[in-house]
Amino acid sequence: MKPPAFDYLRAETVGEVLDGLAQQGGDARVLAGGQSLMAMLNMRLAKPKLLIDIMRIPELRKIERKTDAVVIGAGVRQADLLAWPDLAEALPLVALALPCVGHMQTRSRGTICGSLAHADPSAEMPLALVALGGEVLLRSARRRRRVAAKDFFAGMMLTARSDDELIEGISLPVINGSRFAFREVARRHGDFAIVACAATKTPSGVRLAVGGVADVPTARDWPRLEGSAVDDALNAFAYELGARDDVHATARYRRDLVRMIGRDLIGEVLR
Amino acid sequence: MVQAAVQSANSVDQGDDKPWVGRSIERVEDAALLSGRGRFIDDLGVQPGTLHATILRSPHAHADIVSIDVEAARRLPGVAAVLTGEQIKAVTTSLVVGVKAPVECWPIAVERVRYVGEPVAVIVATDRARAEDAAELINVAYRPRAATVDPLGAIAPGAPVLHDGFPGNLASDRAFRYGDPEKAFADAPHRFSIDIRYPRNSCTPIETYGVVASHDAGEDAFEVLANFQGPFSIHTVIARALKVPGNRLRLRTPPDSGGSFGVKQGVFPYIVLIAAAARVTGRPVKWIEDRLEHLTASVSATNRATTLAAAVAADGKILALDWDQVEDCGAHLRAPEPATLYRMHGNMTGAYDIGHVRIRNRVVVTNKTPTGLNRGFGGPQVYFALERLVQRIAIGLGLDPLDVIERNLIEAGAFPYRTATGALLDSGNYQDAIARAVEQGRLAELKARRDAARAEGRLYGIGFTAVVEPSVSNMGYITTVLTAAERRKAGPKNGAQATATVGLDPVGSVTVHVASVPQGQGHRTVLSQVVADVFGLEPKDIRVNTEIDTAKDAWSIASGNYASRFAAAVAGTAKIAAERVAGRLARIAASQLNVEAADIVFARGFVTSKQNPENRIAFSRVAALSHWSPGSLPDDAGQTIRETVFWTPPELTPPGEDDRINSSLCHGFIFDFCGVEIDRITLQTRIDRYVTMHDCGTILHPGMVNGQIRGGFAQALGAALYEEYAYAEDGSFLTGTLADYLLPTTTEVPEPEIFHMETPSPFTPLGAKGVGEGNCMSTPVCLANAVADALGVADITLPLVPARLAELVRGAEPPPPADGVAAAPARESDRRLRGEGQASVRGTPEQVWVMLLDPATLQSIIPGCQRVDKITETHFRADVTLGIGPVTGRYRADVELFDLDPPRAVTLRGGATGALGFGSAEGRVTLAPDGSGGTKLTYSYDAAIGGKIASIGGRLLDGATRVIIGQFFAALARRAGGGGASGGFSLLALLAKVAGLFGGRR
Amino acid sequence: MSRFKSDARHPIHVSLNGEPVAGEAEPRTLLSDFLRHRLGATGTHVGCEHGVCGACTVVVDGMLTRSCLTLAAQVDGCEIRTVEGLAPAADRLGVLQQAFRRHHALQCGFCTAGILMSLDHYLARNPAPTEAEIRDLLSGHLCRCTGYTPIIQAALEAAAQLASSKKETSDA
Repeated sequence: MKPPAFDYLRAETVGEVLDGLAQQGGDARVLAGGQSLMAMLNMRLAKPKLLIDIMRIPELRKIERKTDAVVIGAGVRQADLLAWPDLAEALPLVALALPCVGHMQTRSRGTICGSLAHADPSAEMPLALVALGGEVLLRSARRRRRVAAKDFFAGMMLTARSDDELIEGISLPVINGSRFAFREVARRHGDFAIVACAATKTPSGVRLAVGGVADVPTARDWPRLEGSAVDDALNAFAYELGARDDVHATARYRRDLVRMIGRDLIGEVLR
Repeated sequence: MVQAAVQSANSVDQGDDKPWVGRSIERVEDAALLSGRGRFIDDLGVQPGTLHATILRSPHAHADIVSIDVEAARRLPGVAAVLTGEQIKAVTTSLVVGVKAPVECWPIAVERVRYVGEPVAVIVATDRARAEDAAELINVAYRPRAATVDPLGAIAPGAPVLHDGFPGNLASDRAFRYGDPEKAFADAPHRFSIDIRYPRNSCTPIETYGVVASHDAGEDAFEVLANFQGPFSIHTVIARALKVPGNRLRLRTPPDSGGSFGVKQGVFPYIVLIAAAARVTGRPVKWIEDRLEHLTASVSATNRATTLAAAVAADGKILALDWDQVEDCGAHLRAPEPATLYRMHGNMTGAYDIGHVRIRNRVVVTNKTPTGLNRGFGGPQVYFALERLVQRIAIGLGLDPLDVIERNLIEAGAFPYRTATGALLDSGNYQDAIARAVEQGRLAELKARRDAARAEGRLYGIGFTAVVEPSVSNMGYITTVLTAAERRKAGPKNGAQATATVGLDPVGSVTVHVASVPQGQGHRTVLSQVVADVFGLEPKDIRVNTEIDTAKDAWSIASGNYASRFAAAVAGTAKIAAERVAGRLARIAASQLNVEAADIVFARGFVTSKQNPENRIAFSRVAALSHWSPGSLPDDAGQTIRETVFWTPPELTPPGEDDRINSSLCHGFIFDFCGVEIDRITLQTRIDRYVTMHDCGTILHPGMVNGQIRGGFAQALGAALYEEYAYAEDGSFLTGTLADYLLPTTTEVPEPEIFHMETPSPFTPLGAKGVGEGNCMSTPVCLANAVADALGVADITLPLVPARLAELVRGAEPPPPADGVAAAPARESDRRLRGEGQASVRGTPEQVWVMLLDPATLQSIIPGCQRVDKITETHFRADVTLGIGPVTGRYRADVELFDLDPPRAVTLRGGATGALGFGSAEGRVTLAPDGSGGTKLTYSYDAAIGGKIASIGGRLLDGATRVIIGQFFAALARRAGGGGASGGFSLLALLAKVAGLFGGRR
Repeated sequence: MSRFKSDARHPIHVSLNGEPVAGEAEPRTLLSDFLRHRLGATGTHVGCEHGVCGACTVVVDGMLTRSCLTLAAQVDGCEIRTVEGLAPAADRLGVLQQAFRRHHALQCGFCTAGILMSLDHYLARNPAPTEAEIRDLLSGHLCRCTGYTPIIQAALEAAAQLASSKKETSDA
């Protein structure tokens, strides 16, 4: 269980990363915290010709508070964001979800953007990005672009990133005066979610985002729901997510969790 | 005594004249282990030039090997050899099989693979990474066969047969009858019956297997270092397989081993493989198993299908049992199987006084990893059936389950008690143990908690279990699988020779050696206590070595660390050896001190006259005399340099003509009860309180005893709630990573409340019994009984996966909204992937038809496609290198078209294989005009994925299928509409995609 | 920018438990293998090589790190702490190690190095942890022998001892 052979490039500037990606295209992989990629390399599931280590580029290591958003660089580790003093105030939903990402020993190395790039449908950070309606900042040697969360996740482990693009960072909106709730069910503490739900109170009603069920984390907005309308809406949403069976849970069980946890969380944020 | 044992487990006692045995002294093993100075097999250096092996394994559960092309691998720089079954077969013989049948059992696939993970080739290179590079270049052509994974399915008519020598996959079928069970059933007012499927799991040590082997061609002798744990009866199996006499197989163990729990018994086929590789290459070869190999193909406990019926009196007294056990040993019956089935044979009545028993034991082979030793070894399977049945009897008769347990217990005055099936239960007082546990564990208060919880509408239940824990196996029990006539022919097998050596060196310091091969149990510490007591020394004065070297050390076939034999047998043998030396030293000292030998006492580092304590001599002086002045020893004393004792208990007799077998020497008693609560939303089981009462005879080291109990409890909790080696119906292995095979962590394991009582065994030198395996037997069923009580359901299958519990307790699901999306049909355990979809394509059906069947189109929309060969008009082959997301792999694909109905419909059928696994799929595509000049394309598919990707990507398999197949048709639609080529050809892309879905938690 | 070619070995310099050391590594060499087989620091163990079991956990530049999910090339120039650096002297154990020995918080000892590194790192930053916090921290480690509770008890006792000895030092 040893990785295949590859070249290793320790980049010191973003330009070096973009050049590497431009030259090697799909044969290059960005190595940040490595908490997903290295396991895949050890199992020989991935066989890049070049790994580009971006963790010694100071400009990617920043968390920037803007007036209505927080911009998190590609080199920001999950532990860095957890330790950011403004987190609970600026990004309360992330403050709830982030401790559920892996374990302390993986959050210390793993990055926020790496989790998004990996695009596991059960992962917490993609769910938070979708629930908050954040944006992904992509950059290649040719161009820069911003992609909305709902357009970024293209399928299970698939994203809108092109082979020559670096996820330079993400932008998460700071939403004042709202309420947030997050809950996930996993087989064990720290496992990938069987179902994860994030609810936010919106100006017009409520949004529920669900991970672990569909191929991508999926958000749904409703106007203020009353009485049995909540159950009906959640039931329809649960079916639309297209749950499937796997070795850890059944589709029915997942739909049950969406209905029950969704109801609880909506109740919490609309309380 | 009980309280003292519990208390001293949590404190460190300081020396005085109390015996050292019974105290929780700090372990001598720990300083090195805590500072990174352990000496595990991969921590030790190897001879310069040692080569490293990796093993190419079967992705198929059952297939013929058509060809193996190893040329590219052999040519890779750094590769010394690539060995297939053919080459291994040339230098070895088949492993012996434990039943009389014309079957062979090789450590590597020969002509056919029979389980996912079976070795297919051994690649030996300068380092592991290069060996793995080479393994990827090996091209194996397989012809798949139908697989069978279920023990009852395997013996059903028409099931695929694994070995011609096991017709109908049946390796053994024996019926036993004790007392008059037919009459008991006929006369009994009640009959209760239960059907059990006990799952596959494993105790999965954190250190994997390791082997370093070399071969001296001049003497045709092998030297092997392996973290093998015994039993050393396996040494004979290895030597025979390597075609050398036992004295030309020097087997050594490293000083430290990172856990085993039985599992490292299963390293022995790899000892044969790696030793053979050393012989072929003429160089030392090292192999360290990796975790994926370990989970897929090391060894597993047996899964078992059991039907158990009881004849029961109106008051709950069980009059007779009728067992029908179908034991699944996986693809090969490897030594010492079918031992898992027969280890408990004397104990089929558990803790109960039941006079009449009927047993049918069948051993079957299936397309799964071969089984072997695992903590509990047969106990979990037996007690799950028996103790679930006891609960069912109680419910059926309207009795309290604890009342039924107590009504059936063996009387306290009945020991030693001979069970119906032949075990001689040494000692115990089960009634007293239960009474103490009920009081100390506060059962009444727990019942009040249950009442209160239920009053609030919560799901709360209480479970009970009473278990007899056998230890120190009779090496002859396995011959119960043979008929009495076969046994007569083969000659008797029985006993369990334990060995211990006590040596004194020229300065009088004491060394102890045993062949107990610990994997963390602290044997060195306990032996230092035992021997220090005999010699009146302190444990720190005694140096203990537990490494084994079969060329130099005392050992027997019973040596090793299994069947909880250390405290009862090995430590006792060390005591006997030390006492023999002490007896001689006493005679020497008596002559020096001018007293009678009977007046001699060993205390505080001196050999002293009891009458006159001032008349004494330093222990070291007496101890050294044999070295320096043997001539001055009294004539009758004998040497005191070294004493090796072999000890085997007379109670371990061979099976009788009546098939009764005393399968174990000692029998501890466990009584557990627990309260659990099940969350109404998640249906996760939370253990509120777990009480476990143990009587393991005399306790030698309370801290270690509690450590064994806690560790066994945690593994049992894993087996009950999380762990399963899961297989798909086609034999694909589904839990190939530690993110899929779920071990409990700190957040899942509570502290059990442990209580003790001590009824010494009259059969062992120290009065001790085994204790290491008991909770693996008692805890799974105790938790299941509690969950059954909480949910009010009769059938409970482990592990207690929340989604499975949901199926038991939840009624009909709310239907989807009338205008909404329907749920996909449930697939249960079927791992085939099915789906359907549609796409709108510009162009007429005729135009789309042409595109669909055109190799040029296919080639242009397959990313990374080097070539598409058109074999016939309807048969294509392609070589592809694919990269989707971070995942890349090379595949060879083969696609055929059937049932062509131009331009309306076609069926595509094909497969693809690569290093990451294989896939096969069939899809039906139909084309219809959409009424506006375009085509409505609809498709359905049915795909199967196997190999590495199924093992490590199972969590995300389904979603990926839909994504990829949907993409293929979307790409086709775009191409038809003039869009750019993207997406991927379904079969190939599916494989590549799924391969990337490693569902790890990192 | 440094680029290491796949087919060559490259010098890697690190500080290991305070001592400057160097060894050669291919780009694909894992930190776990580099520590064990190049630098001879075999106290760090390898249990799964996919980041789940935690046996290989070390501290790199103050960060808990799965050495099996890290390349040797990534730590060039970094400070690495491993289990070999925990004891104050070769014949003496530190407070945490002693607590492990007292509580029988290890049996086979194979997973122990990683657990000690997590605790040593955590207790230095969190002097008064709760049991729940210790359990959360150690949920990133697998142990098959102990059932975990002795480990939790040892950690809590060591934390209390460390806190009181720190207090004594600052009082003095």
